[in-house]
Amino acid sequence: MSPVSRGFRRKREAAPAGRVPPGQYVTKDFPVLSAGPTPHTPLSTWTFSIDGGREPMSWTWEEFRALPAETLTTDIHCVTRWSKLDTAWQGVSLDVLLGMVDYDARYVLAFSDGGYTTNLPVADLLGGKAWVAFDYEGAPLGAEHGGPARLLVPHLYFWKSAKWVRGLQLRDTDVPGFWENYGYNMYGDPWREQRYAGD
Amino acid sequence: MAGTAVRGRLSWQTATVGPVTDETAKVRTLRLEVPDWPGHRAGQHVDIRLTADDGYQAERAYSIASAPGEPLAITVERLDDGEVSPYLTEDARTGDQLEVRGPIGGYFVWEEDSGGPLLLAAGGSGIVPLRAIVRERSRAGSSVPVRLLYSSRSWEDVIYSSEFGLPPGGVEVIYTLTRSQPRMWQGYARRVDNQMLAEVAWPASERPLAYVCGPTSFVESVAAGLVKLGYPAGRVKTERFGATGS
Amino acid sequence: MVDEETLDGNAIGGLLMEVFGTEMTTAVATCGSCGAARQVAELPVYMPGLGTVARCRSCQSVLMVFTQVHRVTCVDLMGLASLG
Repeated sequence: MSPVSRGFRRKREAAPAGRVPPGQYVTKDFPVLSAGPTPHTPLSTWTFSIDGGREPMSWTWEEFRALPAETLTTDIHCVTRWSKLDTAWQGVSLDVLLGMVDYDARYVLAFSDGGYTTNLPVADLLGGKAWVAFDYEGAPLGAEHGGPARLLVPHLYFWKSAKWVRGLQLRDTDVPGFWENYGYNMYGDPWREQRYAGD
Repeated sequence: MAGTAVRGRLSWQTATVGPVTDETAKVRTLRLEVPDWPGHRAGQHVDIRLTADDGYQAERAYSIASAPGEPLAITVERLDDGEVSPYLTEDARTGDQLEVRGPIGGYFVWEEDSGGPLLLAAGGSGIVPLRAIVRERSRAGSSVPVRLLYSSRSWEDVIYSSEFGLPPGGVEVIYTLTRSQPRMWQGYARRVDNQMLAEVAWPASERPLAYVCGPTSFVESVAAGLVKLGYPAGRVKTERFGATGS
Repeated sequence: MVDEETLDGNAIGGLLMEVFGTEMTTAVATCGSCGAARQVAELPVYMPGLGTVARCRSCQSVLMVFTQVHRVTCVDLMGLASLG
């Protein structure tokens, strides 16, 4: 049994009742958490691609930015227990991107510069639930937060919102991505506290 | 491997906070009393673990500020958005308990047999393990020449200033104050760069041993600069503290 | 460009002692991808809260990953050709 360090408390800010999932606390910070070095891909060589459909699809930065984009304000929840409320983003909906692909796969593996991957069901990318986001709080998304573009899937733990995303691999089976391989939950619903495999 | 005389304990031990000393407005040294402390080597660190009364725990690593043979002490800088450092620098008092694991580290260590001349480069709180090395050198009666290049934001941020104000024979302390300087300051007043290293560092021909510690960008820049001056990479030891207030 | 939050193998000395039962920061890690060999203390280390990732300084391949899943420490060393 560890001795209690008198007066020590976790750094925490009060959450409006019912607003955050179980086990989370609210922060005004936006921690920079990465598993590797920040990539700096020039926009001139950046592409976003969707593979595994009837034909591979790919967009250059210009083509991607010419697609209809949406603004949204949403809460985000990190498995490390911080939640950030009312974050403002601009991005292209996955409804638009996947809408341009002929496929019947049920899962994706999202992949990023630097080798990061994360897996999701296609259903969790559709119906206005997911974006490839390029703008945060009214300015181009900074590299440390995943810019030029990151996946944004706010209804799942934020490790699923892959920074520096470069595309999706459509798959018939659900395969674990980077953190899922090391014991994190394949799905990651913060409202059911699905942090680790088996939760 | 040489120097394994002190083995770190694998498990957490209870420590009691002893006397505390405020070094600067944001920095405090805490003596820690650990029953059966096995001793430590200069340059090593300890992991500190705090437990809240709801069971929440937080762990951080802090360099040991004292030399081997002296009572265990850590020097902690308060990070504005920190969780553990504000507690250690503002709340913890003599008699409080926390947990310690260590001592840890076999790479960023110096003892008399390691030799020199020594080039020590500190960015901000990176001074802590280097101060332990300087104290160990005195304790061992070594005459290895030392140049300590210490980068700090301002004179008020310099840690151990009275100790370094009267350095032991053979130890030269060179400051650079990067954000503000006292009136009449004659010393360096900018971030460490290759020009400054060329002026301060021992020539590579003297086969110096370098220890570089501080924020990651400081360490990367200084280590690269020393290698450019001809220091073999194997003679430049680095310890990165990540993003700190410095 | 230097990522300020990046640490090095010194920062995981305690974790490595717990996992391997001994001091490991002076052990030489050889990258399974590019063959670069370096002491663990000099490897870039990332600690994003979900786990700890140690990479090869030369090619950035992942060498070691540590996570804590329900109080069990999981260790993956598959990126290493050797460690010792």
